[in-house]
Amino acid sequence: MEIVLSLGIGILAASGVWLVLRPRTFQVIIGLSLISYAVNLFIFSMGRVTLDAPPILAPGGIGDPTKMADPLPQALVLTAIVIGFAMTALFLVVLLAARGRTGTDHVDGREAE
Amino acid sequence: MRSPVDHLVIAPILLPLAVGAFMLLLGERRRRIKMALSLGTVAALLVISMALVAIANTPVGDRWSSLIVYPLGNWPPPFGIVLVADRLSALMLLVTSILGCAALVFSLARWHRAGPRFYTLFLFLLTGLNGAFLTGDLFNLFVFFEILLAASYGLVLHGSGTARVRAGLHYIPINLVASSLFLVGVSLIYGVTGTLNMADVGRMVPALSSPSLVLFEIGAGILGVAFLVKAGMWPLSFWLPTTYAAASTPVAAMFAIMTKVGVYVILRLFLLAFGEEAGAAAGFGAEWLYFGGLATIVFGAIGVLASQSLQRLGGYSVLVSSGTLLAAIGTGNSAVISGALFYLVVSTLAICAYFLLVELVERGRQAGADVLAVSQEVFGDPDDEIEDEEDEVGVAIPATIAMLGGAFVACTVLLAGLPPLSGFIAKFAMLSALLNEAGSIKPDDWAFVILLMLSGFITLVAMSRSGIRALWVPSGDEIPRVRAIEILPIGALLFICVGLTILGGPAMRYMEATAQVLYWPQVYAQDVLGTGAPVRVPSEAAP
Repeated sequence: MEIVLSLGIGILAASGVWLVLRPRTFQVIIGLSLISYAVNLFIFSMGRVTLDAPPILAPGGIGDPTKMADPLPQALVLTAIVIGFAMTALFLVVLLAARGRTGTDHVDGREAE
Repeated sequence: MRSPVDHLVIAPILLPLAVGAFMLLLGERRRRIKMALSLGTVAALLVISMALVAIANTPVGDRWSSLIVYPLGNWPPPFGIVLVADRLSALMLLVTSILGCAALVFSLARWHRAGPRFYTLFLFLLTGLNGAFLTGDLFNLFVFFEILLAASYGLVLHGSGTARVRAGLHYIPINLVASSLFLVGVSLIYGVTGTLNMADVGRMVPALSSPSLVLFEIGAGILGVAFLVKAGMWPLSFWLPTTYAAASTPVAAMFAIMTKVGVYVILRLFLLAFGEEAGAAAGFGAEWLYFGGLATIVFGAIGVLASQSLQRLGGYSVLVSSGTLLAAIGTGNSAVISGALFYLVVSTLAICAYFLLVELVERGRQAGADVLAVSQEVFGDPDDEIEDEEDEVGVAIPATIAMLGGAFVACTVLLAGLPPLSGFIAKFAMLSALLNEAGSIKPDDWAFVILLMLSGFITLVAMSRSGIRALWVPSGDEIPRVRAIEILPIGALLFICVGLTILGGPAMRYMEATAQVLYWPQVYAQDVLGTGAPVRVPSEAAP
């Protein structure tokens, strides 16, 4: 379980980094999305990996912390997803504006010599 | 009961947010209302931040400072998010609102018409900045960082034009990647310490043992890289001069504070988590900050010397300034840091004034004006035409050149740190702290001393050269038409810098007290978390 999760995060982050370093804006935006997926999974895993445990207490009474997932990272991931989504949308607009203005999709706004 | 004064802490965040959101409902044509609303907001922010500085500077009983802890939603810290207004936060708030006033007033002359939703974006930027300075919670800090960055993405593109879009294409992805690093760092720290409250994290660090301590240091390192990208430390700063040079004038002036946000967070977190009381982790990363800062000074100074345009020169001056601050933090000497805080205020104000001034100087040289003309063509409304006419005629102030030249000389003196003005006091405070330390000076410190003087000298050379080229050489250009509303904010900024020279004593005492408090993170933690000496936490906050 842990090894699958960490491999997943690693592959997502590595692919993301490789794509961010590519010269085309579309590759960069896909790379940024992959990195944000990796980061979201990473935040989630920082609350420790628990199986079949809800992040809420049973009504009435103090719950057993070992039978419960950490709710805080889940809240953090939710926030991070929303912010990441908004930023991707914003960058998409800039990307299209750059394509329209410079006539190329190179990240420097001009083709490499 | 909470005293009404405590609610002042949340006002710098809520006020611009609410007004900015409200202005989205008004159409693009109702500029006068928007202008009045945003001017009122920044003026109110200025008053509030002055009040906060006054409160933070009032000792309570035998205590150094009276910091206000404001638990959001009344959840007791560390479970709820807190806002903390202490000397450092209040000082940064004040600098932000001074810059906000100056940049906004300047933009009213013409720049506010260069693109849509300028006021809203501007106020949201202030929201994010104020929030980042006030929050006492790591994840909340991330949220405010994203607010200020999102607003800054919009503002970088304000006025449109190919150069700005191109700069945005670099600026935005770099900051998005830095935000990812920020999140990784924060979640690692949460995974190790189980808390996100900064004061609580600082309290946990001395208790950490080997395996978790290593993880914590990795988390702090990743977090540090994210902030250093914002602060513009040398290998992470290549985006900065291009972006600042491409941004429209009031935006570039406002961005003078953006690198200082990174410096502020590093100063706060570094001393909180890795101060002298941190046990095994004490001083983690200090060498990186110190030598990174020195490298940034060198890079910035070379850039200043090599700049062809006045805007790029300003961008590199920003780098020199943040390099100096980072190196000063790296020395870990509280006297140096109090000098550095003074330097922070002076250099931020001076760079802001410089960016505003550059446009007026360049106006006579007919450079960069074409971009503005194009964007006004695209975004201008038909009903603006009458206003535009007045605008182009302007009021030619007699002896305009003399005033611009005088302001340019003042900026040069401030940035180079020459005697009559407050830039000198700041550098002198840092130098005397470095040289007087227990009689002997470490060889490392000599590098800082030499670079501090050399960077001042290089700034002087470069700025005199471009000043002569821009103002003295008779090139047949017409005298720049400058409106009073444009010269006013520059004059005010420089006046504050002169005021800081005259009131150098009280200001320096404030900085010293700020630096002293930073060196007692355990006291700060007690104050914020309310487990020790009496603090002004409302009693109803108890569980």
